[in-house]
Amino acid sequence: MRFLLRTLLFFSALSWSTFASASSKTDEEGFNVSEYIMHHIQDAHEWHLWGEGHDATSIYLPIILIDNGVKVFSSSHFYHGKEVHLNNEHCFMGTGPAEGYALVHEKIYALEGGQLNIHDGHVTNAMPWDLSVTKNVLSLFIGVGILLLVLMSTARYYRKNGAVSPKGIAKFIEPLILFVRDEVAIPNIHGGKHVKYLGFLTTVFFFILVNNLLGMIPVFPGGANLTGNITITMFLAVCTLLITVFSGNKNYWKHIFATPGVPWLLLPIMIPIEIVGIFTKPFALMIRLFANITAGHIIVLALISIIFINKSEAWGALSVPMALFISVLEILVAFLQAYLFSMLSALFIGAAVEEDHH
Amino acid sequence: MELITPSYGLLFWTGITFCLLLFILAKFVWKPVLNAVNARSQKIDEALLEADKARKEMQALHAENERILKEAKAQRDEILKEAKEAATRLVDDAREKAKTEGNKLIESARVAIDNERNAAIAEMKTQIAQFSIEIAEHLVKESLSSDVKQKELTTKMVGELKLN
Repeated sequence: MRFLLRTLLFFSALSWSTFASASSKTDEEGFNVSEYIMHHIQDAHEWHLWGEGHDATSIYLPIILIDNGVKVFSSSHFYHGKEVHLNNEHCFMGTGPAEGYALVHEKIYALEGGQLNIHDGHVTNAMPWDLSVTKNVLSLFIGVGILLLVLMSTARYYRKNGAVSPKGIAKFIEPLILFVRDEVAIPNIHGGKHVKYLGFLTTVFFFILVNNLLGMIPVFPGGANLTGNITITMFLAVCTLLITVFSGNKNYWKHIFATPGVPWLLLPIMIPIEIVGIFTKPFALMIRLFANITAGHIIVLALISIIFINKSEAWGALSVPMALFISVLEILVAFLQAYLFSMLSALFIGAAVEEDHH
Repeated sequence: MELITPSYGLLFWTGITFCLLLFILAKFVWKPVLNAVNARSQKIDEALLEADKARKEMQALHAENERILKEAKAQRDEILKEAKEAATRLVDDAREKAKTEGNKLIESARVAIDNERNAAIAEMKTQIAQFSIEIAEHLVKESLSSDVKQKELTTKMVGELKLN
């Protein structure tokens, strides 16, 4: 709790500096809340720490492009490159090794004759393959690093001490592992088949949990909206989908193509519905995690923004307690969504490997 | 729209990282940890079972002790009873023997007495005969005076002798 409070205080202080510089710059046109929130919850090629514009202190992340060979350079060549405004679009023209490329809305375009072509507010230039280590990718690496560090030391404890009661970090991690096994895997995947899928379920649980919690930390190494990114949730949902489809037994497919107890005249309707059902389940997984985490970030940022919209510190008396409340709620959501994702994955896998009871 | 558009760059890194993570965790964390946990729960089960067995054994041992004690007591009583019986029998035997011996002694004494008496009687008879002869001698000496008297006397004496 003390850690949380400290984190939040730091968060508010940091937001203060960030937003203060922003509001001073955009004073005349007013503080654009939605633009600011969108910037914070989306991916970027830099990890912004504080300050604004050319005074900003950021961690410039490596850009990796595949465009007639692999090109690797720092994103500072964009952010500290030539800044131009085209049709109200904020464009960074690359300099040095980034020459010939432009960064618009965190997307990299190849210039055609040194020009950006814009039609109906969209850049129509070709896009090289962008495999950059972005903010979310670095956050992913940090999250996985923390996970490996914590879990490996847990495993080391057992390797060193054998089958004994847990102590230290193992005391914290073991109940979580056993929770996934006893409350997620075993009740949903019957007949002792859970053993095969337990590795995936525990990995997904810990992966989502650690990245949810990292997202709650407002500054580096946290603050990236990783589990609120559709790419991550899509990847995890596709993993569940593939496992479900490839472990589906005869019984599972029979329920899809010849649902027992359904008159055959209804089958032309039922089969498409069931096939759509295969995809809607993981789709719901993808949307649930994405929406929950993104919404949490948006609410906290919006509540803090109240201060800057009204340009009065006094509003902090309202917005800080509310943001604190939502942040505490988000910690609950972090655990809840990790549990839900693994639980529903287990449920879908369990349905796919269920034996016929008729 | 950008918010719900997946980016292949992030997908690429996520795919690699997540698959590596899954592999490493499955091989180096989940397996050893769950093995240790399973081994531990098995160990606890075994320990509980053993404790139960030990308790049962203790109870059995206790019952056995009780039984042995009871048996020992019974045996002691038996031995005591037997000893008492033996003592009684010994005493009885001794008494019987003494009685027989005594009877035997009495018998032999009686026989001896009888013999003595018979001898005495025989001797008495001899003596009486002697006396009789002496008397007869005496009488014979006196019969010179009267035959009748002599005869009477002799008869009388002989009759008396027979009575004795």
